[in-house]
Amino acid sequence: MSAGRGTKALGAYALERLVNAVPLVLGVIVVNFLLISLAPGDPVTALIGEFPAPPEYVERVRAQYGLDQSVPERLVRYLGSVVRGDLGFSFANRQPVLDLVVQRLGRTMLLMLTTVVLATFVGVVLGVWAARRPNSAVDGGATGFALAGYSIPEFWLGQILILVFAVWLGWLPAGGFRSIRAEYVGLDAVWDQARHMILPVLALSFRYMAITTRLTRASLLEVMNADYILAARARGLSERRVLWEHGLRAAALPIITVIGYNFSFIVAGSALVETVFGWPGVGRLMYDSIFTRDYPVLLGILLLVSITVILVNLVTDIAYALADPRVRY
Amino acid sequence: MTASPPARSAGAPSGDAVLELRAVTTEIRSLRGRVRPVDGVSLTVHAGEVVGVVGESGSGKSMTAFSVLQLFPTKAARVIAGEVLLAGRDLLTLRPEALRRVRGREVAMIFQDAASYLNPVLTVGAQLEQQLQAHDMARGAEARVAELLRDVGLTPEVAKRYPHELSGGQCQRVGIASALACSPALVIADEPTTALDVTIQAQVLRLLARLQREHDLALLLITHDLGVVAEVCDRVYVMYAGQIVEEAPVERLFAEPQHPYTQGLLAGVLDLLDPKPIQAAIKGSVPDLRDPPSGCRFHPRCPHVMPRCSSDVPPLLLRGESRSACWLHDDPDASQGAPT
Amino acid sequence: MAASAPAATVGAAAVWGQLMRQRRGLLGLAMIVVLALVAILAPWLAPHDPFSTSRNAFLPPGSAGHLLGTDHLGRDVLSGVIYGSRVSLIVGLAAAFTATVIGILVGAVSGFFGGLVDEILMRITELFQIIPRFVLALIVVAFFGSGLFNLILVIGILSWPQTARLVRSQFLRHRTLPYVDAARVLGMRPVRIIFREILPNVLAPVIVVASLDIAQAILLEASLGFFGLGDPNLRSWGGMLNTAQGYVQRAWWMSVFPGVAISLAVLGFNLFGDGLNDATDPRLRSGS
Repeated sequence: MSAGRGTKALGAYALERLVNAVPLVLGVIVVNFLLISLAPGDPVTALIGEFPAPPEYVERVRAQYGLDQSVPERLVRYLGSVVRGDLGFSFANRQPVLDLVVQRLGRTMLLMLTTVVLATFVGVVLGVWAARRPNSAVDGGATGFALAGYSIPEFWLGQILILVFAVWLGWLPAGGFRSIRAEYVGLDAVWDQARHMILPVLALSFRYMAITTRLTRASLLEVMNADYILAARARGLSERRVLWEHGLRAAALPIITVIGYNFSFIVAGSALVETVFGWPGVGRLMYDSIFTRDYPVLLGILLLVSITVILVNLVTDIAYALADPRVRY
Repeated sequence: MTASPPARSAGAPSGDAVLELRAVTTEIRSLRGRVRPVDGVSLTVHAGEVVGVVGESGSGKSMTAFSVLQLFPTKAARVIAGEVLLAGRDLLTLRPEALRRVRGREVAMIFQDAASYLNPVLTVGAQLEQQLQAHDMARGAEARVAELLRDVGLTPEVAKRYPHELSGGQCQRVGIASALACSPALVIADEPTTALDVTIQAQVLRLLARLQREHDLALLLITHDLGVVAEVCDRVYVMYAGQIVEEAPVERLFAEPQHPYTQGLLAGVLDLLDPKPIQAAIKGSVPDLRDPPSGCRFHPRCPHVMPRCSSDVPPLLLRGESRSACWLHDDPDASQGAPT
Repeated sequence: MAASAPAATVGAAAVWGQLMRQRRGLLGLAMIVVLALVAILAPWLAPHDPFSTSRNAFLPPGSAGHLLGTDHLGRDVLSGVIYGSRVSLIVGLAAAFTATVIGILVGAVSGFFGGLVDEILMRITELFQIIPRFVLALIVVAFFGSGLFNLILVIGILSWPQTARLVRSQFLRHRTLPYVDAARVLGMRPVRIIFREILPNVLAPVIVVASLDIAQAILLEASLGFFGLGDPNLRSWGGMLNTAQGYVQRAWWMSVFPGVAISLAVLGFNLFGDGLNDATDPRLRSGS
């Protein structure tokens, strides 16, 4: 009866989800292609950017993407280039777009993953706290916090954090990836990096803490009314164990989903926050590329970030299947 | 069904009482007002005895069961008066931690819809082991779980299963295993077979009866099914609108029901050619407890209603082996004419 | 009308009554009303032309004639904040309206017809949910220009998936109900069944999502503005924050006030949407 569970089955399930993700990736590439094709003016501009490029290169791009060919032919050629990893060349950065974005993506992921971990932890703790005493002051505070989190733009929060902690209090650096003047090594370097991360991570986390808090609260309140919670108490489990082993275990399912599916919004938040703090990741690159009209970089970011989101959703689905025995795979 | 000690008549001294409720009142507070689904209920369960509590839905029988361990499906419910004596100790005065130690160890519960009383994301084995751990029986828990599952007619492999992989009957067997896990003095079963298919009902009921005998358990059985009562119980309490209206040894109840409400219930159940629900035997329905009828709560539906029924509350009086709360029995002549 | 619609339909009057009883929803509504008044009365409320520069750059709040101070070009911050409400409100309302219309169309067609149509439309919806909205909006605006009309269109076109999913699930539920069957038996055309029979019954949750969409649209517009992609001919809160970014250390008021304005506007619509949600949720409406 427990057929369908086990490592082998899980592998098959993961593979199935992966196959399901392929049309989405193709869809993202087609969206990119449509943007290039529909952009006003010469499509070669979208492929090269408004940076003075050598005429030979412009001609090569025209030939490579078959810009004088029919639309289906161009789509096939574009797909071919992307699949080979050719996302064009950034003249503003003198680097192939793929290398450039992948290099920046690492720093952005550092910011985003720290945010996800922090937001999940704080959100779950606050949500549990609020749910344990519904309609209390704590609950009211958590609800207010959640509403603020939904409403305050993260880039403005970033500016305010800089104002308070860097300008007025002088506790933390106002921006940057690490200190440029001092050459730190070992633990000092890690500490230096961490100090530069605190404010951006706080600015970026706020909204996701709010979302997680609100969701944990709602989910837990619903779960704690379930019959099996009463039964667990009747078996003599302590309130703490009922809450953590039964309540939160069951309430975790919607939380997993929300963390995964909000990743696409964290990307936007991170772009804005990086810009505020001068964090040299994908977001800052995006901001700079708008002013240099470096379109291939923008399109490359859209593509790679979308694929990252698809992968995160894939991981979310698998995590959900692992957490919920009722999911058949 | 069990070899109950002889002097087990109503009103017997409570010397060997495992559980004794004394005038327990439970209140639910909501925005719509206060309701007392359990209003001054007293009942006794002796060692090794199977005691039934019957009544229509809404009569407060399940709330009486929940009142023992002070666990309610709603946070708004609270026991506000009375005593719940477990071997002489009042559970209402226990501190939370002491009460926790009673739950699942000294008093265990079996619920109606077993599947929904098991956590869907934890294995059966994990949930049973948690209970053993909660009562400092973690050592050898795995073997104990296997033994328990065998006891209730399941294979030990069931421990690795999740609730959704089991049938309703299997889930209820797990529920029974959990009730037995810590060898409690008393098991409270709230409609344990109601949610099951008819054929499965009989199996689960037989299992429960066998285990009760083997372990010499005291069992408080909440049900609306008089067939179950006849088959399993030694003694029965009949509840109506939050109060006990009759108490009798099971044979006496079926042979000579005293209270007009019980008579109505039995008239319904004995009419085998017309298997209507038991409620159909009595006109009307359970009153709104927000505003219960004055005097005897059954008087608006009673075929023998007399003037004093609406003004004075009848006391629970001993008559032969039964006790009933009805003004008919105040005057010994009046009861002669009562239909049976 | 052949058969009556399900009784679960919540009357507008009842919803209004519920909303009036909730402090949060009411507060949200009050904030929206204030925002609308400020936007409408901007020319009379603003002490200065929001674009007129002066020599008095970086005046702190409380300076004579400049309650909230001036920016690096000597423009009045208060006037900027007042005029900025117009951009936020127009973009928020129009974009959410666009998104709701698209979402209803996609969701209704998908849920009513089902089958292959549903499969394809839901795949497209999924794609739109996965692609980071902000990044795509950024590129489209960078390509096509950042005029007010473009902003509305882009934000609207990128914000419909949630409404579409909601409408689809409602239609899946309703299309098998007796009153829809009756309409079919009477030979009503699908378009008529969708819009005249089913849609009115599923509108309540759609309106809740729409009011939350307004909040999201205001945030997205502000984000684009912060990236320098707002309408260059209008003063917007996002645009003011873009300017302020360079002067955080020197003129905190350039950051603080437009940000507070954005937060309050978004909060207003969020509160209102929450209140509306509670007011239309039949589960919460027990009790006499």
